[in-house]
Amino acid sequence: MCQDCGCSITHDHHDHSLKTNPQLNDKKTLSVIHKILSKNDLEAQHNRNHFNQHQVTAFNIMSSPGSGKTTLLEHLCQYSNLRYAVIEGDLETSRDADRLIAKGILAYQIQTGSACHLDAFMVHGALHHIKLDELDICFVENVGNLVCPASYDVGTHKNIVLLSVPEGDDKIEKYPVMFRKADVVVITKTDLLPYFDFNLEHAKAELYKLNPHVDLIELSVKDAATFNPLVNWLATAHDNNLTANIQEA
Amino acid sequence: MHEYSIVMALIEQCEALAKQHQAIAVERVDIKVGILSGVEPSLLAQAFNTFKLDGICAKASLDMHIQPLVLQCNHCNTRSEQMHRVVLCPDCNSADTRVVDGEDMMLMQLEMDT
Repeated sequence: MCQDCGCSITHDHHDHSLKTNPQLNDKKTLSVIHKILSKNDLEAQHNRNHFNQHQVTAFNIMSSPGSGKTTLLEHLCQYSNLRYAVIEGDLETSRDADRLIAKGILAYQIQTGSACHLDAFMVHGALHHIKLDELDICFVENVGNLVCPASYDVGTHKNIVLLSVPEGDDKIEKYPVMFRKADVVVITKTDLLPYFDFNLEHAKAELYKLNPHVDLIELSVKDAATFNPLVNWLATAHDNNLTANIQEA
Repeated sequence: MHEYSIVMALIEQCEALAKQHQAIAVERVDIKVGILSGVEPSLLAQAFNTFKLDGICAKASLDMHIQPLVLQCNHCNTRSEQMHRVVLCPDCNSADTRVVDGEDMMLMQLEMDT
């Protein structure tokens, strides 16, 4: 990172008002250049290392409440060979974790109280309750919210963002930070497309402006065949992560 | 309202730096907020003014620099700055760009009374 203005350029080929970056300009002014969420980011990296040590690839699932995160995870085990657990985040209740456990899926619930997002520390706490050795991948199902979770790295490898058909295709423009952070966008409840004015082409065009290289998958839990692209995407992401791990080691 | 959590992290950082430099008070906190950082500046300011009251930042003012997106185009090599939340190159419309700035929240400078 650039030490003068904190932009992501490391070498000196752009103009700054601060040329020399003295630690102390005078007695009173201290130039720091510090990510405000650096403590969280450090803990997130710690979580990622922990996943890597167990050769587990982790996915942060984010979307509005009711867009189908838990339902997707309830059904996924019928189609994917990957063994997974779910760390659930909600303000109150353990209903989502209970739903998954009822399906035989390992799940641990984090109750955030009033916090509108999960952070890396909460996920770290939950990891003490998950046996990673028995898993291939792990999902962190974030608090249903298209705003706050986008600002926090929780220590996963990839971000999955859901957008359900009834929410409308304008959500991408309305919540740009979230859709910018996505590695894959899953349009859910596509069986409802005939009943809603959701324009897939418009959604794709808006997504292209914000996040041109993101993958887009259409899915309906009512149609088993629509799970294939997501199952393949997860398998590829997991393989790539394992390969990257081996190269790093 | 994740702005409250962000302000807590910011104030914690300021307090640690103030302690490290034996300051008796923090007078000004300069931060940079990217337009794609996911933070609402007015909520951030409100949260700062509420939470600062307990500690060494009690009298500090918060200076926010709103950072536009800075894009480096790999296709036409142009560097551009824009306030729209679009990452396509405004000159050649290429999608092969890199976001150089505008996605982060940074603490930049502290003015302290020592």
